Amino acid sequence: MTLPPSIEEQLKELKEMLKLNKAQMEKLRKIAEKQYEKSLIEPGEAVGVVAAQSIGEPGTQLTLRTKLLAGATEMTVTQGLPRLIEIFDARSEPSTPAMTIFLKPSYATSEAKVEEIALRLLEISLEDISKEINVDLLRMRIEIELDPAKMKKFKVKEKDVLKRISEYFKSAKITTGAYKINIKPKEEDMDIKKLYRLRVKLKGLHIAGIKGIKQVLPIKFGNDWIIKTAGSNLKEVLKLPEVDIERTKTNDIFEIWRVLGIEAARNAIIEETLDVLKNQGIEVDVRHIMLVADIMTNDGTIKGIGRYGVSSAKASVLARASFEVPLKHLFSAAVKGEVDELRSVVENVMVNQPVPVGTGMVDLRVKKGDKK
Amino acid sequence: MEIDIFKNKLVPKSRILKEEEEKELLEKYNISKKQLPRILVSDPVAKALNAKPGNIIEFTRESKTAGMSKFYRVVVA
Repeated sequence: MTLPPSIEEQLKELKEMLKLNKAQMEKLRKIAEKQYEKSLIEPGEAVGVVAAQSIGEPGTQLTLRTKLLAGATEMTVTQGLPRLIEIFDARSEPSTPAMTIFLKPSYATSEAKVEEIALRLLEISLEDISKEINVDLLRMRIEIELDPAKMKKFKVKEKDVLKRISEYFKSAKITTGAYKINIKPKEEDMDIKKLYRLRVKLKGLHIAGIKGIKQVLPIKFGNDWIIKTAGSNLKEVLKLPEVDIERTKTNDIFEIWRVLGIEAARNAIIEETLDVLKNQGIEVDVRHIMLVADIMTNDGTIKGIGRYGVSSAKASVLARASFEVPLKHLFSAAVKGEVDELRSVVENVMVNQPVPVGTGMVDLRVKKGDKK
Repeated sequence: MEIDIFKNKLVPKSRILKEEEEKELLEKYNISKKQLPRILVSDPVAKALNAKPGNIIEFTRESKTAGMSKFYRVVVA
């Protein structure tokens, strides 16, 4: 029998501490093996139900309040029950995406450097660096007045702004003055409505930084400085040479799946869930959370715990129908001519048969023709 | 620029099993490939390993309970 590495390590530690000889060590190993075997889950144990109860009960103590201030700053992060629901429902986007960006050692110690990097991360749209963006109805054009102070703060140069705008408007006459840009679209059928729509688009035009990063906040973490952000864009952030790929993380599980793969997403589900529970001072055994994360990522995609996710993947028609919207499932099963083999729990409860859980798992068979 | 995703601590060590190892694994658990958990070919890890549908990828997870554990996923299209 092979013991898991963590127990092997403990045995080694004990051996050194107590200076055991070979015979004693063998004896100890025997005991450890016996205890380990005893502690394993029995085949047929309803681990899913146990996990559901173990997470559900402490879940009643979680805060219902959605938002919490992260430190003394204005950054808000969803916590407590709403966050837990978000994780287990597998929402494709968290309500408050956030990243924790770690930097390579050569950058992480100096506050000035980190602040400079943070500023480069921040997504800057045209609206952020301009005083006014107006529609000139008389001349049918859009007038932009840039704000030099803001541009200096975000370290954006006027010519870069111009370049971005001319890239965006391929067919427009662009005239410039001192911190002023006038855009006159060349389309024939330009009307006021279109012009106003264009103005809204212009406001959000991406000028610099990384798309999706709405706020940045350098904070001290031990001896190093790290950057917390509101908004998330893992793929682009990891591409930066200053960023420590190993520890940088986001709370957007689907983004982790897209960038780092399904196994990373599984780990992220576990970490995020533990984080929520720990923040609220609740302890749930990791094994339950690991089970949930494994089920959610079993087929290579992230499936929520619910009607459209895990429950829709069940093989039994009756089991699916018993969860939510029974008629829909029964009708579609009838159309497809599905067969229920009554192999799982719920359907057997319905037809009043012993359920295949625990001692119900085993069947008795008689060997014929072997009389003595 | 491509990022080396294996540097991130969320991504476990992974490799494609050789044919003999596949057989050994399926025999050990007495299952067919279909019964294994899956991973998409389009998954970043499968892409990085250049895995084809039907391959089995072995993940060496850092487990909070066992210290280290092996996990297997079959690549599907």
